[in-house]
Amino acid sequence: MTTAVSSPVLKLDEILGREPLTPGQVAWKRFRRHRMALVGIWILVGLILYVTVGALFFSETDANMVDLRQKISAPSGIHPFGTDLAGRDILARTVYGGQISILIGVLAVAVSLTVGVLIGAVAGYFGGVIDSALMRFTEAVFNIPQLFLLIVLAKFFAGQTPTFTFLGRTFSGSVVIIVGVIGLTSWMYLARIVRSSFLSLKEQEFVTAARATGAADFSIIFEHILPSAMAPIIVTATLEVANAILSEAYISFLGMGVQPPTATWGNMLNEAYNQLEAAPWMWFFPGTLILLVVLAINFVGDGLRDALDPQSLAGAQE
Amino acid sequence: MTRYILRRLLQAVPLLLIITALLFILTGSLGDPLAAFGGERRRLQPEDRARLERQLGLDKPMVEQYLIWLVGNDWMKVDLNGDGILDSYGTRKGVVRGDFGNSFQEKRPAIEVIGERIGNTLLLMVASEIIVIILALLVGTYSALHQYSFWDNFITTLSFIGYSMPIFWLALMLIYIFGVNFQRWGLPALPTVGMYDLGIGPTVGQVLLHMILPLTALSVVSLASYSRYVRSQMLEVIHQDYIRTAYAKGLPEQMVLRGHALKNAALPLVTIVGLDMPLLLGGTVVTEAIFGWPGMGRLFYKASNAGDIPVTMGILLIIAVLVVVFQLITDIVYTYFDPRIRYE
Repeated sequence: MTTAVSSPVLKLDEILGREPLTPGQVAWKRFRRHRMALVGIWILVGLILYVTVGALFFSETDANMVDLRQKISAPSGIHPFGTDLAGRDILARTVYGGQISILIGVLAVAVSLTVGVLIGAVAGYFGGVIDSALMRFTEAVFNIPQLFLLIVLAKFFAGQTPTFTFLGRTFSGSVVIIVGVIGLTSWMYLARIVRSSFLSLKEQEFVTAARATGAADFSIIFEHILPSAMAPIIVTATLEVANAILSEAYISFLGMGVQPPTATWGNMLNEAYNQLEAAPWMWFFPGTLILLVVLAINFVGDGLRDALDPQSLAGAQE
Repeated sequence: MTRYILRRLLQAVPLLLIITALLFILTGSLGDPLAAFGGERRRLQPEDRARLERQLGLDKPMVEQYLIWLVGNDWMKVDLNGDGILDSYGTRKGVVRGDFGNSFQEKRPAIEVIGERIGNTLLLMVASEIIVIILALLVGTYSALHQYSFWDNFITTLSFIGYSMPIFWLALMLIYIFGVNFQRWGLPALPTVGMYDLGIGPTVGQVLLHMILPLTALSVVSLASYSRYVRSQMLEVIHQDYIRTAYAKGLPEQMVLRGHALKNAALPLVTIVGLDMPLLLGGTVVTEAIFGWPGMGRLFYKASNAGDIPVTMGILLIIAVLVVVFQLITDIVYTYFDPRIRYE
């Protein structure tokens, strides 16, 4: 959590009489020892290949092509994952839906990182009234279950943005809304972690030194303290991606998320819910993909936590 | 202790004010609240719309609406017919005096509408918590005592999968296997919708039978993460000196574990149960929606979709209060488990 990331490790290696490793090398060494984390990386690589390479075989037009003669047909040679209510190919839709789901996960975390780090850093660094005001606010938002907040916010912003075209593809405006809404409901935990890191780091000598050289608050916060607080932020942000993908799935499952024709793994499930008995393939494939991606990210996050935790030196000794 | 509780309750007041103010602004534009009044056939005429808005107080600025919601308007005169003259006293008492307003959809007190549902949600939640805590303690302790054994690794893998499982996905699977396919295979299928068979009525047996699947769906995620916590806590505790002392003085293993180790290992679980309350409440929304459970989560979903502000706000307020109170209870329970902690 502190600069201790490197110093105890160096000492250990001096005792062992070896070339010191950089903190990055130590972290990678520990990460590699985490078998589940490596499995997670492979699953993630596989899923990313699935949604990118898959797009070379199907165009988005295929994914959105309605063919009512083919509606609700079971998996077959032509449609390996079957078709949905409008006769759209589920395989193609999971490819494009996956792109959006993963994209939403990553972008939403970017939003929550921005808000969380900003609030946490300002509260921790300045302390006093600013700190208690910001932390009261954080606690207030924390006390409302995220899903309730998601529903309210999704309704609040619904239908206010038109569809837009980006990189030659048309997206439903709800994508932007969902990214913002998930980001704005998931920053609280990050803010608390960043604040507690800042509270202890700002008392350290390097901060006093920076202040003595006349560095501005802004530069002390972002150039001096923040890099030292990165480890817990990286771990939390990684795990948040999994949560954000889940949140998108929950809110889309309830029908308030990304609107068709843009597919996501979550909104594919919404339509499938009513075909629970008649067409299990409609919910089985997108659901399994969500489970896989969340599982993989959780594995990686867990590995990162062990790798970046300055307290667990066990891995560095061997 | 009493002073501590009082201080915490006092601190909760500004917190709840911030929460409700934030939420009130958000719920204020959940869509067209008057849509519920028109019905499908009859569309509201503009003059009716204006009259309704005035009666419901929706024409006032947001801040004023919030204050009326909070403290009511029976102490001031309001303009009912829109002629600019204040006619009579308002009828709203405000939530501080227990008046949540009338549900737009059902035209009766929102608190009544919520009250009918809240018990059903709590039934699911409390049952789920009890099952999860007991199982987590058992599974986590077993895992810790047999660290790196086959079953420990098996449980660890399962708990990772369980933790990553979206509740709706698990719920759909459960319905498909135990509801649909069991019926196909001629096995006794479990009920998948509602709280009881309409033909039989709400008997204890019926409710229990209908609870099995939603309860499973709700419990798996928490069970996965709780048993991980218990395992890591237990591992830490059983290597402590006082455990060695307990063994050294000849206590049988069961007593060491139950009397000394488990109590300390269970401590962090208390905090986690307290902190997880919002998460669990969120889980009920999805669970109730899928299993047709007549609870608060499903009501919230319906009310927020229809722009029924009194019901939506009522549920949110109750949840916020529940969370605050629950966190306080957590802190108090903590002192029971760990007498070293004293609140001043």
